[in-house]
Amino acid sequence: MGAALPVVTALREFLPERAILHEEEDTRPYECDGLTAYRQLPMVVALPETEEQVQRILRVCSSMGIPVVPRGAGTGLSGGALPPGDGVLLSMAKFMRVLHIDPLARVAVVQPGVRNAVVSELAAPFGLYYAPDPSSQIACTIGGNVSENSGGVHCLKYGLTLHNVLGVRGFTIDGEPLEIGGGAPDASGYDLLALAIGSEGMLMVVTEVTLKLLPKPQCARVIMASFAEVEKAGAAVADVIGAGIVPAGLEMMDRPATHAVEQYVHAGYDLQAAAILLCESDGTAEEVEDEIARMKAILERAGATRMTVSRDEAERLRFWSGRKAAFPAVGRISPDYYCMDGTIPRKRLGEVLTFIGALEKKYRLRCPNVFHAGDGNLHPLILFDANDADQLHRTEQFAAEVLEKCVEVGGTITGEHGVGVEKINQMCVQFRPPELELFRAVKRAFDPRGLLNPGKAVPTLARCAEYRGMRVHGGKLPHPELPRF
Amino acid sequence: MTVEQFQDRIRAAAASGEKLRLRGGGTKDFYGNALSGEILDTRGYAGIVAYEPSELVVTARCGTPLAELESVLEQNRQCLPFEPPHFGTGATLGGSVAAGLSGPGRAAAGALRDFVLGIKLIDGRAQALEFGGQVMKNVAGYDVSRLLAGSLGTLGLIAEVSLKLAPRPQSQTTLRLEMPQARALETMNRWAGQPLPVSATAWHDGELRVRLAGSAAGVRAAATKIGGEAADAPFWDGIREHTDAFFSGPEPLWRLSLPSTVPALPLEGRQLVEWNGGLRWLKSGIDAALVREAAQRVKGHATLFRAQDKKADCFAPLAPVLERVHRELKAAFDPAGIFNRGRLLPGL
Repeated sequence: MGAALPVVTALREFLPERAILHEEEDTRPYECDGLTAYRQLPMVVALPETEEQVQRILRVCSSMGIPVVPRGAGTGLSGGALPPGDGVLLSMAKFMRVLHIDPLARVAVVQPGVRNAVVSELAAPFGLYYAPDPSSQIACTIGGNVSENSGGVHCLKYGLTLHNVLGVRGFTIDGEPLEIGGGAPDASGYDLLALAIGSEGMLMVVTEVTLKLLPKPQCARVIMASFAEVEKAGAAVADVIGAGIVPAGLEMMDRPATHAVEQYVHAGYDLQAAAILLCESDGTAEEVEDEIARMKAILERAGATRMTVSRDEAERLRFWSGRKAAFPAVGRISPDYYCMDGTIPRKRLGEVLTFIGALEKKYRLRCPNVFHAGDGNLHPLILFDANDADQLHRTEQFAAEVLEKCVEVGGTITGEHGVGVEKINQMCVQFRPPELELFRAVKRAFDPRGLLNPGKAVPTLARCAEYRGMRVHGGKLPHPELPRF
Repeated sequence: MTVEQFQDRIRAAAASGEKLRLRGGGTKDFYGNALSGEILDTRGYAGIVAYEPSELVVTARCGTPLAELESVLEQNRQCLPFEPPHFGTGATLGGSVAAGLSGPGRAAAGALRDFVLGIKLIDGRAQALEFGGQVMKNVAGYDVSRLLAGSLGTLGLIAEVSLKLAPRPQSQTTLRLEMPQARALETMNRWAGQPLPVSATAWHDGELRVRLAGSAAGVRAAATKIGGEAADAPFWDGIREHTDAFFSGPEPLWRLSLPSTVPALPLEGRQLVEWNGGLRWLKSGIDAALVREAAQRVKGHATLFRAQDKKADCFAPLAPVLERVHRELKAAFDPAGIFNRGRLLPGL
């Protein structure tokens, strides 16, 4: 090893040696996040423990013009924490403290490296919990949730991260302190909290988060309903919501998905059904009894072929276990899988699933579907083998067509996983140049030189022009008749 | 009126440097700092663009009267659960979103911004831009549509809005309990931490009112648990629309946003508490600096909501870094500085 990198020398002035990683054997674990198809060895990994250290790292990097990429637990599925080869990966893993829980005010103040599930565990003795529950909640961190505006299976009723975060504190890329929102509602000025949440770590580095806690519902029960056709299950979802019910959770899995998870977790799913719905009610005992009866009647009329209502908490958790384990279960039946995250208006579900079915044939790849049916968020999982270059290529084309279909039916390319590096080309399909230019201006308002998580989430216009040219040239633009730009 | 006509008007203003004052029904003219610029009336661009009850989403044009929108939702047993105040007849959807104000339902159901799904905006370059959409979950790009909620028209003309809706509760009931402010604050916060269907709270002058909403069975059970005596439901309209007697009188009206458990502030004047303690209305003629300081000391902030004399800025001043970001954002959306100059922040 030759002379130390200048940035390492600068960081050594205030960081202990263990907080700076720059040898390949140490930085290798940081080369990717949950989207393993993209890898890049970071030049340096910094692991600060205090806000002051974060501020100084940012000042050093900013003064040297070095890019910085913040990282939580690295469970993100869109490559948002893909490291910079020429910069510093800022791991917030050591910010693990829950600073304060105020049960009367129903807030928790936590550091960004606190895991999502920990918040609810610590709030439980007070009868409270933190509502957003992404499937990765035992591993993913609050900082990552803020960055991606994470959802979960209960967000139709309880909202996304955006609806459950009251304030954030942190620094700009230049190390200037920022405090946005807090315990008091409706901060003065623009709603910068809305910008910060879901900004994929591109506007600020968050060092502290104030979370809203909700009273834990007294009880919850879930209906597992089978349908002989996927379209019928989709129509049943619209019927439930059209009847004025907002279920605590409303999830759909198709037959390939239930088959994959049943071998893995034995949740008791109906393997004959073309699709199953999990339809949950929570609240007081009186409310739940009432709502379950209403939902059962609606599902029955909508053509459910079989219905089972959870009798106790153990059974409820067992019904959910398959849904929560869907990704790892699919990981067991295929060497690799590619998870998509489009959101569509619910009424277009049948059309989109038929479209995906046709693509399975076109690309000769299987694609089970799990679906946050209540809020229209699809997670088709394309099964492939990454060691086969042609399969990887077909998978990417398959995914691109699905996401562009989501845009075409009035939806979005990402409901909760973020754009990251993965869906950056599809941003060119969803947005026109003037919107993309405004996004870039928003970024400049916080980060004028574009040093914080550069190259993610918002494509350059040049990149879009190239992508459009490529798509049209290959003759693969799915619907050339549609006006796009 | 068409989007193109708005664009033409804005393009011309940007070219000549003329200042514009974006205005719907004018029901919130009192809100914010001084008004300036030529009025650009948004009421000609009205109507519901798309509404399918089973999708829980409505899209409507800015000039749509709020009352008309609410009545269409009502016919489908749906509502805007954040209960945006009208503050007079003729309030429009666009104006409500630009003001970003929420009513009594806010503490339980969420704020207006929580229900914004997408916005079509005409920016200061006269470009028609679309952010967000009509789906519940959307993390593609920065969340510009929610940034626009409460921006008081300083970033552009909100031409169309998509909002998430909620079903109207099956059953509602209001209860009245007598207690002093300190105990009311403690009680409201304690209720909010329990699985009770509380949809609004308000305390004033020794009386705490609580509204329960949800399934008939749930509301009945909660009413038994909470106690008190049955009270009038129209009370909430008076709180939402500021027609309640509390809001009358010549003194300035302050809106204090505070962490909900902050004890009663010992400020001269009358107080009305909402949102489990998160919102305290203060009718008082005391010095603006005293009010601001009292709010700031408990990590809150104070807005001069209604006053004849607006020598004090309406909104609490921002920290320098935040203020710089505000100015950069304003320049990004409205480079010629033509929209609603100074209404939110001096010089912005």
